[in-house]
Amino acid sequence: MPILEGQGVTRHFGGLAAVAGVDFHVGEGEAVGLIGPNGAGKTTLFNLVSGALVPRPGTIRFKGENVTGFRPHKICRMGIARTFQSVKVFADMPALENVLLGLLFGAPGRVSPADAAREAAELLDFVGLPAVGASAAKDLTLANQKRLEIARALATKPQLLLLDELMAGLNPTEVGQAMELVTRIRARGIAIFMIEHVMKAIMSVCDRIIVLDHGKKIAEGTPREIATSKAVVEVYLGE
Amino acid sequence: MMAVRIDPRKVWLPGLSLVILLLLAVLPYLRPGYTIVLVYTILMYVVLTMSWALFSGPTGYISLAPAAFFGVGIYTSAMLGKALPLPVLVCVGGLISACLALLVGALTLRLKGIYFAFFTFGLVELMKNFVLWYEVKFSGVRGRFLVIRIDNITIYYILLAILAALLLTTYVIRRSKYGLALQSIGQDEEAAAHTGINVTLLKVVIFAVSAIFIGAAGAIWAIRLTYIDPYIAFDALNSFMPVLMAIFGGIGQIYGPILGAAVFSYLREILITRFPYHYMLLIGTILLVAILFLPDGLVGLVQKWHQRALRGQHANT
Repeated sequence: MPILEGQGVTRHFGGLAAVAGVDFHVGEGEAVGLIGPNGAGKTTLFNLVSGALVPRPGTIRFKGENVTGFRPHKICRMGIARTFQSVKVFADMPALENVLLGLLFGAPGRVSPADAAREAAELLDFVGLPAVGASAAKDLTLANQKRLEIARALATKPQLLLLDELMAGLNPTEVGQAMELVTRIRARGIAIFMIEHVMKAIMSVCDRIIVLDHGKKIAEGTPREIATSKAVVEVYLGE
Repeated sequence: MMAVRIDPRKVWLPGLSLVILLLLAVLPYLRPGYTIVLVYTILMYVVLTMSWALFSGPTGYISLAPAAFFGVGIYTSAMLGKALPLPVLVCVGGLISACLALLVGALTLRLKGIYFAFFTFGLVELMKNFVLWYEVKFSGVRGRFLVIRIDNITIYYILLAILAALLLTTYVIRRSKYGLALQSIGQDEEAAAHTGINVTLLKVVIFAVSAIFIGAAGAIWAIRLTYIDPYIAFDALNSFMPVLMAIFGGIGQIYGPILGAAVFSYLREILITRFPYHYMLLIGTILLVAILFLPDGLVGLVQKWHQRALRGQHANT
């Protein structure tokens, strides 16, 4: 049974169908890529899954439970964490406190402050930020802010992680490191749903890819199938 | 084996607050008379400003509602003053204000930035006119005389008790995980929600908590006013003063609003009594200078001096 399942998910902005009748699913521990041209509705779909927007109509199920209309904090506590296309860290707060908030509010069950602080430090270490715990988040580089966002998301103990353009704005070395980080997150058994424009990254990391265009799903398949799909090539390059 | 380690950096502020509270507690024995009235006026403004900063400081939601909560406290005293003993009256004033804050908060805390400020300011006008309408229609009066005879020392001690409770509340909230969450709301509310924080609930609850103390202060302040009408009780100045005083002191730190309110209200009292004709001009000038040259308020200034002093020490050794 898939961990995340959407049926006929639709959202209009005014007269524009940002997402129109999209069916999708993510299996347990699976890595699914979401691609498409600018304005295809990728981020809107993420906002629908994470509770920032409510699908009208359409249903979203997580672990078999209908979570349509749940508010973001509830979705987060159930086990769906996310990062943002434009990085959203708590800029003036120390990196460690950014992660601490995820542990204290997003993770199920209670943790003692001492355990939380230790776990937050471990998570910073895991994403490759061992020495910045005390620095304000705004003083980190873009690549490190993105790692911090991931650490904060992982702190909520998710079973599904939504990554919105993790690689955007990173240099080739940093893209390599980010791909390696995604692989290590998968090794923890966390399913991944990622929006990405860096094809090399998405092709090598994902098990399956969904292609959106003008709010509609136009293709779905393994990276190899997508790379050779005529419909996809048309959307990206024109006929 | 238990070893108690005390980090001096963590205890000096609560320690200092405790010492100041104790000094204030014995003040009436040392300096009765006008000093008491001066100090409790300052205490009242410190309570207003700290309550305002409890919610608006970390979240960045600029509330102009204090005058509404203060007025509700005043009218609680005016209407129930004869029926209830004083401590109960003060608590009831706080609770009614908190109820109003819960209602208003639930309706309006989804408004952001300037819209929230405008709405909360509108609330002051709304309450003023609602009470005026009620009084004229049902009570047949426009204003009321309060005939509760309570001496200044009692007013002083009740305000001091409210301040002590507020200090404790602020300290506990700031040290708890909810303090951290409030701060994160001010930084990025969307990210806070997606990190598992129930942002709406937290905002509404803290907004209501801050209203408790403003309402309680209003309930006791009413007794000092002796005559009240809706224009006095819901004076918009009581909304702007806390904001000005907090900015004057510096919003970032817990003691900024305290320092700002204490210094500002002291200056105000002194200037009103010494220079009654030029008071407004002087206050305006002081505010302008503070905003132009002290972007981080008095606390920023103190910190700058502190750092300079530290550097001086290192240079000498």
